[in-house]
Amino acid sequence: MSTATSEAGTGPSAGEPSALRMDAVRKVYGSGENAVVALDHVSLDLAPDEIVALVGPSGSGKTTLCSIAGGILAPTSGTVVVGGRDISGYGPKQLTEFRREEIGFVFQSVNLVPFLTARENLLVVDEIGARSGAPARTRADELLDELGLTDRAGHLPGALSGGQRQRVAIGRALMNDPTLVLFDEPTSALDTKLGDQVTQLIRTEMNKRGIAAIIVTHDERIAHYADRTVHILDGVLTDET
Amino acid sequence: MRLALREMRRRPGRFVIAVVLLTLVAALLMLLGGLLDGLIARSIGAIEAQRADLVTFSSTAERSFLRSRIDPATREAVAAVPGVARVGGLGVLQVGARVPGNGPRDLVDVALFGYEIAPQGVPRPPRLGEAYADRLLEDSGVRVGQQLLVGPARTPVEVVGFVDDVSYSGAGTLWASAATWRRAQEQNKPNAAVASGVFQALVVDGTRDAAALARAVDEASGGATETVTVAEAADSVGGVREQRSVFNQIIGVTVVIAIVVIALFFALLTVERTALYGILKAIGARSQTLFGGVVLQAVIVAAIAAAIGGVLALVFDALIPSGAIPYQLVPGRVVTSAVSLVLAAVAGSTFSLRRVLRIDPASAIGSST
Repeated sequence: MSTATSEAGTGPSAGEPSALRMDAVRKVYGSGENAVVALDHVSLDLAPDEIVALVGPSGSGKTTLCSIAGGILAPTSGTVVVGGRDISGYGPKQLTEFRREEIGFVFQSVNLVPFLTARENLLVVDEIGARSGAPARTRADELLDELGLTDRAGHLPGALSGGQRQRVAIGRALMNDPTLVLFDEPTSALDTKLGDQVTQLIRTEMNKRGIAAIIVTHDERIAHYADRTVHILDGVLTDET
Repeated sequence: MRLALREMRRRPGRFVIAVVLLTLVAALLMLLGGLLDGLIARSIGAIEAQRADLVTFSSTAERSFLRSRIDPATREAVAAVPGVARVGGLGVLQVGARVPGNGPRDLVDVALFGYEIAPQGVPRPPRLGEAYADRLLEDSGVRVGQQLLVGPARTPVEVVGFVDDVSYSGAGTLWASAATWRRAQEQNKPNAAVASGVFQALVVDGTRDAAALARAVDEASGGATETVTVAEAADSVGGVREQRSVFNQIIGVTVVIAIVVIALFFALLTVERTALYGILKAIGARSQTLFGGVVLQAVIVAAIAAAIGGVLALVFDALIPSGAIPYQLVPGRVVTSAVSLVLAAVAGSTFSLRRVLRIDPASAIGSST
């Protein structure tokens, strides 16, 4: 893998606070001769309402970048600041709390809890933390309404279409009013038409709420919906458009 | 926790196998406990029913009625000890008795007690040649008004009533006056005849601390006696300790089986849920929250199994013919078995703790690319 420093930091303008600031982030798996550099001095800035498409082939390091930005993995070195919180030195417990409060995730294969209804899948975000009860229920109903899922609120994931499931997953990611939402290949399981619809929905929902997002994808077409596209290869950010 | 409860409500089928297996374990635990309690009750009921604090044997008897003799002088010395409220003589003859009109199988094991202080549930000593019979003997054809022929000498003893929960060493008891017992002893075991005023043991009721009083009694007799509490005397009945030990070991093994069943079942469920737990951890669930859900599910499965097992044990109790087997289901045993099973569930589910802790939230989005 490359050792060159890479930067993609043209997001926020001078003086504007970043939703995400990654500075010279490096991630190495293993040690000694078996060490694998997954990310190499990556720097990336996102404005609070910016959508970035992170494009790269399999094994390029895009999911590692996403995991570090989302507080799932700790970087080997470098600085990661999300919504003004420097999480670089956080331990597992602090990272768990950070994810619960600041990050929304939409995973590749949707991954809703299969035995919970659409509404309960949104409320699970509240139930795993310090429960707020009624405000969370109100927020879940509002999100379901905005996502056009009110009439599907009581259905289990198995009774929903692929697009509806993806919308529920987006709603779940927005439940905690996050600073940053990370989408991991959100259209990979959908056909082209549905993929376009879901990507448009992501764009609309993020813009409406002023939430920053990184969309990890193989699909160059998603770039049309992003504010900018960042390419990654062998753990190095190569260029942006 | 809510997540765990909802899963049980929405997917009850996933837990059926564990509930069925643990129900069998619960029923087995209660059945074994019932048998142990029944056996013990048939062995020591007569001793536990004594209205006294202490039982005094002769010091060389090793707490055996058969070997023990207390003469009148020793009795007087015991009665004179400060703190002794009353003293009663007790003797027992263990023999076979013929039940007239009971066909070819007319021989039944009995323990004929001669007593002075009436035990709980037993009236004052009846007249010479009469006895109150243990209810257990009713199942062997014994009836009120019947004349039993006790021992090889066929000493006649008339049954004048029934009494409950006073069996001894697995046999039904007959409760007679000291004179009746002494006569039966003399006729059936002439070389172990007991002179007038002599008993095999004394029951001692006191007004002070039992242990201190026992020491005082033995000192007063000049070391001729060994005085123990009623519970210790009951525990010394032949076979009681062995029965308890064997059954408790079997019960212990059954609890271990419950732990293994729970551990395996929830370890499998946890493996199945690895992806789900990865997602939940990624969105901010703590490991202890997820593990708490596993423990809660295990406890609920065990509680349901204990409830069904309890019902099965009660049905078994109702179905077995009275006196057929020594089975006694008491509420304390049901509660103890249920609590053991729930604790086994907690212990078993902890085997999933390491697995839950090891699930990496990065697995939700694949961390190595």
